[in-house]
Amino acid sequence: MLSIRNIVKQYAGHKALSDVSLEVERGQVYGLLGPNGAGKTSLIRIINQITAPDSGEVYFDGQKLNQSHIERIGYLPEERGLYKKMEIGEQMIYLARLKGLSRADATARLKHWFAKLEMETWWKKKIEELSKGMQQKAQFVATVLHEPDLIILDEPFSGFDPVNAEIIKNEILELNEKGATILFSTHRMESVEELCDAIALINKSHKILDGKVKAIRHSYTSETYLVEYTGAKIHFSDTAPFSVLSETEGDDNSHNIKLKLHQGNSANDVLHYLLPQTRINMLQEVIPSMHEIFIQKVKQTGHE
Amino acid sequence: MNKVLLIIQREYITRVRKKAFIVMIFVVPLLILGMGAVIKMVASNAEEPDSASVIKVKDESGLFAGKLHNGKKIQFLPTTQSLPEIKKELINDENLLALVIPKNFNSKDSIQILSKKKPGFALTAGIEKQMNAIVVNDGMIKNHIDTAVLHSIKSDISLNAIEVTEKGDNKSNIGANIAVSIACAILIYLSLFIYGAQVMRGVIEEKTSRIIEVIISSVKPFQLMLGKIIGVGLVGLTQFGAWIILSIISTKIAGQTVGSTPGGMMNALAVLQTIHFGKILVCFLFYFLTGYLLYSAIFAAVGSAVDSETETQQFMFPITLPLLFTYILSVSVLFQAPNSALAVWLSIIPFTAPVAMMVRLPFDPPVWQLALSMVLMVAGFLFTTYVAARIYRVGVLMYGKKASFKELSKWFFYKE
Repeated sequence: MLSIRNIVKQYAGHKALSDVSLEVERGQVYGLLGPNGAGKTSLIRIINQITAPDSGEVYFDGQKLNQSHIERIGYLPEERGLYKKMEIGEQMIYLARLKGLSRADATARLKHWFAKLEMETWWKKKIEELSKGMQQKAQFVATVLHEPDLIILDEPFSGFDPVNAEIIKNEILELNEKGATILFSTHRMESVEELCDAIALINKSHKILDGKVKAIRHSYTSETYLVEYTGAKIHFSDTAPFSVLSETEGDDNSHNIKLKLHQGNSANDVLHYLLPQTRINMLQEVIPSMHEIFIQKVKQTGHE
Repeated sequence: MNKVLLIIQREYITRVRKKAFIVMIFVVPLLILGMGAVIKMVASNAEEPDSASVIKVKDESGLFAGKLHNGKKIQFLPTTQSLPEIKKELINDENLLALVIPKNFNSKDSIQILSKKKPGFALTAGIEKQMNAIVVNDGMIKNHIDTAVLHSIKSDISLNAIEVTEKGDNKSNIGANIAVSIACAILIYLSLFIYGAQVMRGVIEEKTSRIIEVIISSVKPFQLMLGKIIGVGLVGLTQFGAWIILSIISTKIAGQTVGSTPGGMMNALAVLQTIHFGKILVCFLFYFLTGYLLYSAIFAAVGSAVDSETETQQFMFPITLPLLFTYILSVSVLFQAPNSALAVWLSIIPFTAPVAMMVRLPFDPPVWQLALSMVLMVAGFLFTTYVAARIYRVGVLMYGKKASFKELSKWFFYKE
């Protein structure tokens, strides 16, 4: 769907992107992660053809990115904004028409969206009469009204209250199910695991990690497991196929241990070792969260 | 191109729909009409005081008896009452005046006009005029000068300017032509700033409301700038068009109601016919459009470089200086020396030509100068649009950066 190859972008005095490449597949929800100032917005602006890269290429659906692709992309910038003095309905239709929609189509779709998001009464209102959260909702509608194949959202959840953020999140997922590819940037990790299929991590203008979320997390596992058992406390001997990292005592005679496998052993060996001694409630591999990976990676590459 | 049309449409409609625009369309012609009416009223008032006055004439010289003519609202009444008696009457009657002429009135202050209220200038001037005429007449008779002969040799010359051209003599009224083209120059000067500033404000609005990024993800910055400039320009043309139509209608109506003085109207019409409306209108539209395109592009670039209107000051001054300079010269010096080197240069340089050439127009500048000026105007606006577009595309995405001229020139050389 989107192939970004060796993008370099230099601004006077600092490098925004150095040799960044990434692949977004059709139908994915792709997260662009990184601390503030890493270069996410620069990359997004290049994909939107707002600025051009110094070198490198972007391919959209196999074609080199060009003006005709604009109508197939929907973009929600980080800095939200609409005409303050224009009526919302009129404004939405104007923005959709700039994306190549006919007036009739734009009106019909807008009515549908306004009904869906309970905004019917806003049509004749001016932006300045709305609350900040309402403005964001309107802007989200403006972004997706022309039913783009690729929806680019820069920090989509900032500025929403939890209720509206949930609504928008569900709308994004619904659009994704209908076939839209979603690319969004965020520096907040909570949303990543439940939303993203794949991510790229950008720090200080460099891409330092990318791939499918599951694969990344699994590659960051460190043979660590969580075990809960009920019964008398076990004293682990040296013959155990693992070493204990931490131990806690729960209610009802239950115990939690966090353990790390010895080299050459598997989870089966753990069960083998424990089964004769106690009743096992749970055994779970500890997979680091994206948040942990993010922090770890950014720390490794240095974050001032 | 379709998208530029959409932008033009939005810029035009949102502005034309504004109450201020509609009010302006009607207020300005009304204002002009009102001013005309006031001037007319003042002019007619000069001949007659507003209320009827009776003037008692106590003439001890006997020279003026029966010779003062009553006006529409002035009535002269000879009297032999004594001064104290007259004064008593004056105190009781506001509309009563008294003219007291002593036997020997040659000395300057000896003739007095008495009244409760200070008499109006028009009234005293009218009486003075009559009395002077009487005295002069009397003097001529005493000195045996034949007044009939004198009247016949009285001269009343007014110059009739005839332009000799190859097509034949052309009766023209230079004064009227100058007045119209100076008015056009002033109109151009004002509208360049009014509509240029509107473009600038539009750009700043888009930048501060942050909608700019949404829009330039749909269209190129240049398309947006072009659409805005053309849209606002059309608003200006609509405004002028409406004013012209309203003025024609209102003068027609005014002409019908003032139809009682055909002489004056005919005179005014005759003057109007000597004005080269066609040429002036064509030049006005040309210089307004090219001047507007030239300046509004610069204004758009300035708007893109700042975060608020207050920051525009440092750029506005150098930009407006050439035009302001020409404007001041135009209304004072240029039309007195329309073929001086200064005037010629100012009317050729694109930044000053819209005003300077309009002022020179009634003096028939050489065709090559007019042609050169027009070609340079077109080249000028293409140039400023090119430069402005390069600054604009960078400027609209720069937030919170204080722009200097040095910074702007750097933006100009940025790659895409």
